[in-house]
Amino acid sequence: MEQGTIKITIDDKEIWAKDGQSVVEAARENHIFIPTLCDYKSLKPAGTCRLCTVKIGGRFVSACTTTVSNGMKVENESSEIKDIRKSLIEMLFVEGNHMCPSCEKSGNCDLQALAYRYQMTAPRFPFSFTNRRLDASLPHLILEHNRCIQCLRCVRGVRAKDGRDLFGFVDRGAKIHITVDKTVEEAFSEKTAAAAMAICPVGALIQKGGAYQTPIGDRKYDLHPIGSEIESNIEQSGGSHDTKS
Amino acid sequence: MTPNPEKKKLVVATTSLAGCFGCHMSFLDIDERILQLITHVEFNRSPIDDIKHINKPCDVGFVEGGCCNTENVHTLREFRKNCKILVSLGQCAITGGLPAMRNGIPMSDLFSEVYQNTNNPTLGNHLIPNDEEIPIILDRVYPCHEIVKVDAFLPGCPPNADLIWEALVRIIEGKSLDDLTYQYFKYD
Ligand code: SF4
Repeated sequence: MEQGTIKITIDDKEIWAKDGQSVVEAARENHIFIPTLCDYKSLKPAGTCRLCTVKIGGRFVSACTTTVSNGMKVENESSEIKDIRKSLIEMLFVEGNHMCPSCEKSGNCDLQALAYRYQMTAPRFPFSFTNRRLDASLPHLILEHNRCIQCLRCVRGVRAKDGRDLFGFVDRGAKIHITVDKTVEEAFSEKTAAAAMAICPVGALIQKGGAYQTPIGDRKYDLHPIGSEIESNIEQSGGSHDTKS
Repeated sequence: MTPNPEKKKLVVATTSLAGCFGCHMSFLDIDERILQLITHVEFNRSPIDDIKHINKPCDVGFVEGGCCNTENVHTLREFRKNCKILVSLGQCAITGGLPAMRNGIPMSDLFSEVYQNTNNPTLGNHLIPNDEEIPIILDRVYPCHEIVKVDAFLPGCPPNADLIWEALVRIIEGKSLDDLTYQYFKYD
């Protein structure tokens, strides 16, 4: 591994980071897991989910949008931070309707996996039981609004060939929901549905006709907690996202 | 977990409220370990022994299902009153689960959909049931911990039998139910 030139400390561990890297990236390269939901591979960080909250210089910041600087001290695994993250996960669970037992993404869902890792049982907040719709009008893609966590991963990561947006949000506040631009041809393609299901961290975007193919026990997070692949630097064996992509 | 004849047996009660009895089926999936279990615990009210009401103070109560009607609330309160440790067993008890999918839909819409806009011949009179013998349905389905204090939660739909077993062993050994085994701790 190419060594960075910037020295930072995460909890008690000193690590080398590269100039311009985010705290999340630097941690990941050094086998330290900082949980993320809205952060996705090559996409520019959006900082919407706050799951990567860490404490730097006595302040809470999102580690995906904070760039490393020499001598930086990051608090990542303190009980205070863990509880903040757990409460964020709980808020996401009560804000929508996350019925894991009937969800196609169960076992491969990042939100669920984080809830397992932080051992959420009953959320400390009351469930909102909002009445949201399910939109199955597209030929290959289901929009399950009950499960969307507004992470913007689909908006940022799935685009039409000419670079135009395919996904976007309509309405504001509690009514905000994801929508697809049906004037763009790609909205109707199977390829878009597969890409959307793969990029969505939860079960809000589901490709029609291919669910429940991975048996329980073989799914992505059945045996190993999310983040353990970063911490151990061993690629997880078995388990894949339930898509045809 | 070795049997100790000197030690008093723990008294365990279980019930199913707005659930499907799947959690109880999973409880029975501990299989032959139930023989080991009964050297440590005695069952009080439970569908397993068909005792209909709690008739002495219990150490642990397992509740499957959330509350969808007044009878559920009554039973849950009876459990809380008589059980030192109350455990929500499964997703319906913890989140309301599948029955809670009606939450958010107005009651009038539900009633007219089920009883009035129906071609079901057994509901030919299109009347909404309203007999004092029938428990009153609640405005929505409530998770158990929104009605009474719940001490521990075993997630799953149903909870894995190994999770239930792990919890039973820990309770018998007087240990905490935090940090349950990852592979068994699931919501589906
Ligand atoms: S649909 Fe999925 S990817 Fe898109 S914003 Fe919602 S949760 Fe994120």
